[in-house]
Amino acid sequence: MSDQSLHTPVANVALIPATAPPADVRPGPVTWIKGNLFSTPLSGVLTICFVLLAGWLLHQFLSFAIFYAVWSGGREACRANPEGACWPFIAEKFDYLRYGAYPVSERWRVNLTQAVGATLIVWLLWTKAPQRKVAAVLFFIVYPVAAFVLLRGAAWLNLPVIDTTLWGGLLITLLMSIVGIVFSLPIGVVLALGRRSELPIIKAVCVTFIEVVRGVPFITVLFMANFMMPLFVPDYLTPDRLLRPLIAIALFSSAYMAEVVRAGLQAIPKGQYEAAEALGISYLNMMRLIVLPQALTIVIPSIVSTFIGLFKDTTLVAIVGIADFLKAVETARVDPNWAGPTISSTGYLFAGLVYWGFCFGMSRYSQAMERQLARGHKR
Amino acid sequence: MRSILKCLIAVAMACTASSAWSATIDNVKKNGMLTCGTNSATAGFSLPNNEGKWTGFVVDYCRAVAAAVLGDAQKVKFIPLTPKDRFTALQSGEIDILAHNATWTSSRDTSLGILFAGTYFYDGQGFMVRQADNVTSAKGLDGASICVTQGTTTELNLADYFRSQSIKYTTVGFADEEAVVKAYEEGRCDVLSADTSTLNASRLRMAKPGDSVVLPELISKEPLGPAVRQGDDQWFNVAKWTLYVMVAAEELGVTSKNIDAMKSSDNPNIRRLLGVEGGIGKDIGLGDNWPVQVIKQVGNYGEVFDRNVGKDSPLKMERGMNALWNKGGIQYAPPIR
Repeated sequence: MSDQSLHTPVANVALIPATAPPADVRPGPVTWIKGNLFSTPLSGVLTICFVLLAGWLLHQFLSFAIFYAVWSGGREACRANPEGACWPFIAEKFDYLRYGAYPVSERWRVNLTQAVGATLIVWLLWTKAPQRKVAAVLFFIVYPVAAFVLLRGAAWLNLPVIDTTLWGGLLITLLMSIVGIVFSLPIGVVLALGRRSELPIIKAVCVTFIEVVRGVPFITVLFMANFMMPLFVPDYLTPDRLLRPLIAIALFSSAYMAEVVRAGLQAIPKGQYEAAEALGISYLNMMRLIVLPQALTIVIPSIVSTFIGLFKDTTLVAIVGIADFLKAVETARVDPNWAGPTISSTGYLFAGLVYWGFCFGMSRYSQAMERQLARGHKR
Repeated sequence: MRSILKCLIAVAMACTASSAWSATIDNVKKNGMLTCGTNSATAGFSLPNNEGKWTGFVVDYCRAVAAAVLGDAQKVKFIPLTPKDRFTALQSGEIDILAHNATWTSSRDTSLGILFAGTYFYDGQGFMVRQADNVTSAKGLDGASICVTQGTTTELNLADYFRSQSIKYTTVGFADEEAVVKAYEEGRCDVLSADTSTLNASRLRMAKPGDSVVLPELISKEPLGPAVRQGDDQWFNVAKWTLYVMVAAEELGVTSKNIDAMKSSDNPNIRRLLGVEGGIGKDIGLGDNWPVQVIKQVGNYGEVFDRNVGKDSPLKMERGMNALWNKGGIQYAPPIR
C-alpha cells in the first residue's frame, strides 16, 4: 500500500457538465397525446384506426338507440322504422319487466320493499352516514323478514298472499342477487375460517362443502332442486319453488366467497396472528379486530367480482321456469301484438343497459372503497 | 340437534312413502288450484300479457281443465317449462298436467311414463317462400336453399321429404329461430322451413310480412297434445274429455255466448253435453255441469282457436287440419253420451 493511495479522492468532486433540459416536460394535453398516442408511426396509425373504430361503433349505437329510434306511437310506427330502437315497446312492457305477473293492485308492496331496501343500502354503504350499525341490524335482520312478509303477504296483516310463481322481472333478479350477496359473505367467512381450522372435523366439513359445491354446475343444482326434488320428498316438505333456487344461490355463492376470503387470510403474515396471540387476545377478537379487517380489505376486488358474477348468474334461474328480468325481456319480445324487426334488438339492448348499470355501479363503489380503505399502504 | 335428527328421519320416511301417488284430481281439488306446465313463451300458444296474466291456446286448455275440475278457470298456476325439462316436471309431480307444444309420438307415449290425452293442435312442418318467386307448391322447390333451425327434427324431415320426391336442395342451418328469420329476410336462402305454428309468428316479425307466403304442403305430422302421468286413469279421462267437450261444443254450435239459451234446446246431443239430461259428470268424478263451466268460462274449440291463433289474433292462422271433421279438417270428438 503506497502513500499515494491515501490521497486519492474517495468521491469525484468535479462537476458534471449540465445537460440540456428535457424538450418539453410541461404536462399538457398536447404533450400527453404526443407521448402516449403518437410516440411512433405504428402507434400513430393504431391510434387513428381505433379512434375511427370507436367513433363508428358509437355512431351505430347512438343512431340505433337515440337518433333514429321511435319514441312514441305503437307497433305500426316501429314497423315503419327498421333503423332504430322501438322504445314505446319497452314503455308498454316496463311494468311487466319490473314486476312480472305480480298483481297490479298489490304492486305498491314491491315498490315499498324496494324503496326501503334502497334506503337501507345507501345508509349502509355511505361511509359518512351516522348510526351505520343500526342500518346493519335493520338491513341484515329486520329487513329480510319484513320484506318477505310484505312481498308474500300475510292474512293477519290483511295483505292477500301472492304466490311466488307470480313474482317476476327485475323483482326476481334483485331478490336473488341481494339474498346471494347478503348470505354469501358471512357464510363464506365462516367456511374460510373453518377450512383453515386445526380441528379436523370442522376442517373436513368445510373442505367437503366447498369442493362439492364448486364441483357441481349451478344449472344442475337448480334442475335437481326444482324438478327432481318432488320425486323424493313429499309435498309438505318441499320448500317453495322460489325458495329452492334462493337457497341454492346462497350456498353456491358462499362456497366461492369462502375461497376468496381464504386468499385474503393467507395474505396476512403469520406475525400478525402470533402477535395477537402473544397479547392474549381471544381467537374471536383476533379475527374480528385484527385479521379479517386486513384480509377483507385486500380481497375487495375479488369479492365485488364475485358479487357481479352472482348478479349475472341469477339469469340461470330462468331454466327452472322462474321469470327473472332477462326471461321477462325474452317473453315480452315474443308478443305478436308488437312483432316487428326491431323488437328483439330493442329488448336485448334495454336488458344490456340495465345489467350494465347495476354491475358498473357495484364496480365503481368497490373502487371507491378500495381507495378509502387502502390509504395507509397504497402502492 | 334433536330437530335436525327429526328432520332427517322425516326425509327418510318421506322417501319411502312418496312413491305412491294420491289421485291427481283429489290433489287438485284439495289445493283448489291446478298446476299446469306450459311453454315459456310461444306467440299465440302461451305468453304472459302486459300484466303478466297468461294467455294463449294451450293456456286456455289449462283454464278449461281448471273450469271442469274446480269450476273456476282462473284457478291455475302456470309453470313455464323448456322442451328439455317438460316431461321431467310431469313425471316428478311438479305439475298436474302438461299443456305444451309437445308432439305426440309413440316413444314418448310408451317410454316416459306419460300419456298424451289427445291432440289440440295438428301442426306440421311447412315452407315459407317469397311471393316474387312464384312458387305455389313444395314440388317446385328444386335447387332451393332452405333456412332451418339446427338440431331439431326439421332437417331430418326435409331430408326424408325431398328424397322421396327426388328434389335437390341445400340447407342453411342456424342456432335459433331468430337467426333463421333474419337470414331469410337478408336473402341468404330462398325458403324458410319450420312448424306452421311458428312460421306465422316468424312472418309477423319480418319487415315486410306481405312479401312471403306459406305453401300448402305439410311434410311432417306434429300432433300437439296435453299429457298426464301414467297410472291415473281418472285424471287421464278428465284431460281427454275436456278437450272433446270443447270440440263437441263447436260441432253443436254451443258457444260461450249462447250457452244459456242452448240449455233449453231440444237437441238431445246438446242437452246431454250441457248436463240437462244424462248425468255425464258422476263417473268422471265431476259435477254434471262441468262442460257448462268449460264452455262458459273458456269457450268452445273454435272460439279458443280464433281468439289465440286464428282470425281474431295477430297470427291469423288458417284452421286447416284443425277445422272440424265436417268442415274439411280432422278435429273430431267421440259422442258424448
